[in-house]
Amino acid sequence: MIILVQLVLVLAVIVGALALIRGGGDAKHQAVRRILLVAFAGVAVLSVFVPGLLTRVANLLGIGRGTDLVLYALIVAFMVFMASSFQRARQLEARITKLARRIALDEAPRPDAAAKEPRDG
Amino acid sequence: MFNEATVIGSVVTGLLEEFSHVVCVDDGSSDGSAAIARSAGAVVVQHPVNLGQGAALQTGFEYALQDPELEAVITFDADGQHRVADAAVMLARVRAGEADVVLGSRFLEGSADVSRLKRLVLRTAALQSRMSTGLQLTDAHNGLRVIAAPVVAKINLTQNRMAHASELIQQLAELKPVLVEHPVEIVYTEYSKAKGQSLLNGVNILADLFFR
Repeated sequence: MIILVQLVLVLAVIVGALALIRGGGDAKHQAVRRILLVAFAGVAVLSVFVPGLLTRVANLLGIGRGTDLVLYALIVAFMVFMASSFQRARQLEARITKLARRIALDEAPRPDAAAKEPRDG
Repeated sequence: MFNEATVIGSVVTGLLEEFSHVVCVDDGSSDGSAAIARSAGAVVVQHPVNLGQGAALQTGFEYALQDPELEAVITFDADGQHRVADAAVMLARVRAGEADVVLGSRFLEGSADVSRLKRLVLRTAALQSRMSTGLQLTDAHNGLRVIAAPVVAKINLTQNRMAHASELIQQLAELKPVLVEHPVEIVYTEYSKAKGQSLLNGVNILADLFFR
């Protein structure tokens, strides 16, 4: 039974890691992400076979249980994820704005030569 | 403008009585505002999708700058809360060489007819821009402004949504044009009251203040 759970967990980690490694992004971030992913996968596999390991590491860091250590790591990872996706959303918005503005300006009739230009937001 | 079909026609008509060129940036309205503004005589620049007021302002600036003879840009909210007469006087001050930028202010003279809570929000916004830019402004979030063309050319708004007002003030603070405030009256109709920025925006203003 234990063997089966271990097998499923390891497979899940490998598949998840592979899927993430293939993702896009610029080269530097991609490399960092890949390193982190490999480290994560390694720890995940290790913890499956040596369940006590995380608790020992946690104790070393002054944290009660391995579960807590995982929870903390998860929170940090989540915050990083939030920050990076927020950043990406902003970049995307800036791009869309430029694109939409270009379309808007191209479609509008060019202003004829005249003195002033009151406008309306 | 964004979905202002009920008022945009009269706003454009009112502006055309005083000014010869009215540009209306349609921010992806779905209620036919663009067609109404066009038939009222405005040049309509249409965002294909809704981007926000700051983006619309920047689009309007860039459109106006295509005209080499551009003298000044007047920003005027599409919901009819400003008075054309105020805009005309403000433009006259720029033309007279008194200033490069004239910003409308509700609080310069006497008291505007706003609720206490709203006043607090607007005052906080003004305080925020004062603290972050050093400009002594009494009303940082007034949509009525007259900006001379050379200054307009140097403005680049990247905040698409409501934060653009603070961003504009910040860029003006760095450009250091001759800047004056001009007392204006805001026509708080039922319509504009219903549409006006939420008081919750005060939270955003405070956040801007502390997390810059």
